[in-house]
Amino acid sequence: MSMNRRQFLKIAGVSTVLGLGGTAALNALSGRGLEASQVSPDPRALTSKKWGFVIDVGKFKSDEDYQKCIDACHKIHNVPNIGNPKDEIKWIWKEDYEHSFPNTSESEFMNKELKEKQFLLLCNHCAKPACVRVCPTKATFKRKDGIVMQDMHRCIGCRFCMAACPFGARSFNYRDPRGKDADGRPFIKEENKEFPTRMIGVVEKCTFCYERLAVGKIPACVEVSNGAIVFGDLEDPNSDIRKILASNYTIRRKPELGTQPSVYYVLGGKENA
Amino acid sequence: MYNGGKIFLGLIVFLAFATFPFYYNIGKVNAKPDPKTDTPVIKEWVQKYGKKECIESKDVMRPGHMQILNNWRDSVVREGDRLYVNSAGKSFMMSLQNTCMNCHSNKKDFCDKCHNYMGVKPYCWSCHVAPKENES
Repeated sequence: MSMNRRQFLKIAGVSTVLGLGGTAALNALSGRGLEASQVSPDPRALTSKKWGFVIDVGKFKSDEDYQKCIDACHKIHNVPNIGNPKDEIKWIWKEDYEHSFPNTSESEFMNKELKEKQFLLLCNHCAKPACVRVCPTKATFKRKDGIVMQDMHRCIGCRFCMAACPFGARSFNYRDPRGKDADGRPFIKEENKEFPTRMIGVVEKCTFCYERLAVGKIPACVEVSNGAIVFGDLEDPNSDIRKILASNYTIRRKPELGTQPSVYYVLGGKENA
Repeated sequence: MYNGGKIFLGLIVFLAFATFPFYYNIGKVNAKPDPKTDTPVIKEWVQKYGKKECIESKDVMRPGHMQILNNWRDSVVREGDRLYVNSAGKSFMMSLQNTCMNCHSNKKDFCDKCHNYMGVKPYCWSCHVAPKENES
């Protein structure tokens, strides 16, 4: 029997694989191990190719409108209120125009109302997230649906991601979030038993309510915003969010840095409200 | 032998120290941990279905729960898969806080019993919220 080089290599390769691992090797190659076949996503889950937010600035009228969203998020995610700005933990917060959109069209003659307006800020879930690139343990990573996720089990608290994020979206737990301040007031007023807290020495941020999407609920801030915040699939041309983006002038924070934020702001002004 | 007395004295003192834990514990009952599975939710389950039932059998869970939890963590956090289908075809939400601790709401009499006995200190509870228990 004659054999050419190609046939020889084929036989040699297959026998090496079998010799090394027997049938286990074949199972591994087929990609369907026992563990993998035992898990599946929840059928109720909301899915998307690329999640994004549109925030209609004009619909935020009173302080209460902002606070509602902030409180809803911080409450269900056990975000501690440390009580001083240095140790502050924030997932969603508000900031004025100058600090939200630096180096844009801010000038002494610009619309006074807009200049003094507060903007709701949160993690931008960038398409090209700088935080993910610098994380040495892959604790922060980009999910297939565009969410920039945090794996708290892996975070070593190096804070590279905080240095990399141009939006200040990340907070470090300088204090034990389960601790109390000098007056005995617990940092977490009321623990949500369905969601974990964090521990001292890890970085945290908005997670796009991945735990709510997974069971078919919409993000907490969207739920309480009365339509001021819309979320949806940026890659689906028929989604609500794409319709808003197509018919309104929207801006993003620091687009010049090239991180491609997924959070858009509609500067509607009064008439849009 | 030079200084024989001192050497032997030293050896005796050393042996006394080295074997002290054994002497000290002679006669004391070294009770095996006895994790309790008598929480309200489990009792209700037994009433309804007539048997105790975890996500897998006791023989799998006892030596393997840590690997299962590790796999659950990776699959939920990194893959976003949240349903676990067990060997009997029944599916469960993969969640330490909401699934495991829903039945085993007695961390002190369940988790801690064996963990303390074995001297292991899993760091689950520095983030995951343990169920409220009556101080006993």
